[in-house]
Amino acid sequence: MILLCAWTPRGWADSIDERMTPCLACHGEKGQSTNPEIPSLGAQTSPYVLIQLYLFREKLRRLDVMNDAVKGFTDDDLRTFADTISRLPPPQPTADTTDPARMVRGQALVRQHRCNVCHNPDLAGRDNIPRIAGQREDFLVKTMREYKANIRAGYDASMGDVMQPISDADILDLAYFSARQR
Amino acid sequence: MQRAGISVAKLAASIGLVGLLVAAATARLQAQQAADPPPPWKQGQPAGIADTNLAPIAPPPLPTAADKLPLDKLKTKPGFKIEVYAAGVANARTLRLGDKGTVFVSSRVQDKVHAIVTKDGKRELKVVASGLHRPNGIALHKGTLYIAELHQISKIEKIEDNLDNPPKPTVILGDLPKEEPHGWKYLTVGPDEKLYFQIGAPCNICMPSERHAKIYRVGLDGKGLEVYAYGIRQIVGMDWHPTLKQLYFSENSRDWLSEDVPEDKLNRVTQPGKDNFGYPYCHQGNFTDPEFGWGRSCSEFTKPIALLGPHSAALGLKFYTGNGLGNEYRNVIFLARHGSWNRSVKIGGDVVTIRLNDDGTFRSMEPFITGFIQNNNYVGRPVDLLPMKDGSLLVSDDYNGAVYRVSRTGASTAAK
Repeated sequence: MILLCAWTPRGWADSIDERMTPCLACHGEKGQSTNPEIPSLGAQTSPYVLIQLYLFREKLRRLDVMNDAVKGFTDDDLRTFADTISRLPPPQPTADTTDPARMVRGQALVRQHRCNVCHNPDLAGRDNIPRIAGQREDFLVKTMREYKANIRAGYDASMGDVMQPISDADILDLAYFSARQR
Repeated sequence: MQRAGISVAKLAASIGLVGLLVAAATARLQAQQAADPPPPWKQGQPAGIADTNLAPIAPPPLPTAADKLPLDKLKTKPGFKIEVYAAGVANARTLRLGDKGTVFVSSRVQDKVHAIVTKDGKRELKVVASGLHRPNGIALHKGTLYIAELHQISKIEKIEDNLDNPPKPTVILGDLPKEEPHGWKYLTVGPDEKLYFQIGAPCNICMPSERHAKIYRVGLDGKGLEVYAYGIRQIVGMDWHPTLKQLYFSENSRDWLSEDVPEDKLNRVTQPGKDNFGYPYCHQGNFTDPEFGWGRSCSEFTKPIALLGPHSAALGLKFYTGNGLGNEYRNVIFLARHGSWNRSVKIGGDVVTIRLNDDGTFRSMEPFITGFIQNNNYVGRPVDLLPMKDGSLLVSDDYNGAVYRVSRTGASTAAK
């Protein structure tokens, strides 16, 4: 899947819409990803996207396709992409049938671990705290596991801290719940 | 033996408690849903915490341009002025001074250590090390730059002779724990010419492993590692009392207990290798942890010498031994409070002065630079302090990626 999403360098004079085309080729039309473990970008908070693009540019977060994608970007490029991405429509929650018992479990976990306090009660994120509502479930699971294992290069260690006491079973329920929020 | 027994019992108790909470929350949720379902995200949240907006505040990744720095917001005491020393120093954290006048600046969420060189009145920024992992701790000693990353300590000898083409750092102590939470280090060289650093608790509140929550010291060659103090959650500031030669350090206390308790601490090590500052059992010297404190007493532990405000994030501290700021500041502690995130009304966001009695105990604390918090938002966040040879004081700001300089104004300069 990553191979399908290879980055094609484009001329710097292109408009931001044109420059966004390769992003959306992987992250989905209008920022709703249909690719396994590739996140939806729609309505992601601009400060969070800026941080991630910066981490990719500086290779503080390593993922070849993304490191290549933002290679040579200026600070203003990073800001422009972050703002543009934040204006994409929010991703639609997964349309799968929903297991009410799992939703109740997931919701109790959200409250127990205070996800709602930082990510906002509707999990839409704010400032440097990302939107996780309606995000791809597989990406949420992958990301939470990486934070717990100290292998996701976080900008700061907040999520590494939060994830330590959370079991893998609970990670699955948290992702299930969050992916189904609007 | 006794300790193991207690921790197993406590573990069981805590699992039971969590289970009860979840069961209660689930029952309440189901009851609510049966009646008149509120929007899904509102179910089961106590009004208080649902309405708070608390989250760790990450610094913007791109440094603020020099002309956009919040200088007009920062206030210092009458008779002093504050100016920009250097801008564009991304995520400026620990400040250190080389023998030849170079200012070294570490970072925490970047991978670099910078040097600021002043040449013909102009300041030049150089990268002296990169590709590092959370290189928050740096120290200068006899021409060598020591760098404490999250997982190792390394050095570059004769750094000031090689600022334009420095060699790669040589690791002197590796294999430190790799946990990210509180994994970044503060580093200082003691009067005994050993390196001092901490390994923080890998969590907000938990039972740390044998390796965590301690101050260590090790020889400049990375040999002879030993524990210097116990029971410490996290430190981002240490310095040595100029005459008593004792280690003073700031300690950040746990979050999520309440708005006002516990407070961050100023501690002092008087019994090297023995002092235990209480984490995770006792906070602020007089408050047992609601989970881990049962069966323990704060009297078992070394008390702080001062409380520095709840969640205030007391970071860098420095004894000022020069006289450029005036005699009244001689041997006074300057301490940067980075500012709170886990509190509705932010506190800290300032540089305070702390005066001690002759025996090293606390006498008083007062603000020295304020204004980093405006309308309950940060316009900057102070991290570390560096007294310069001309008597001025540098202050790093990791939020803006800047270094400020505070100095006496006019003829009132005590000595020059």
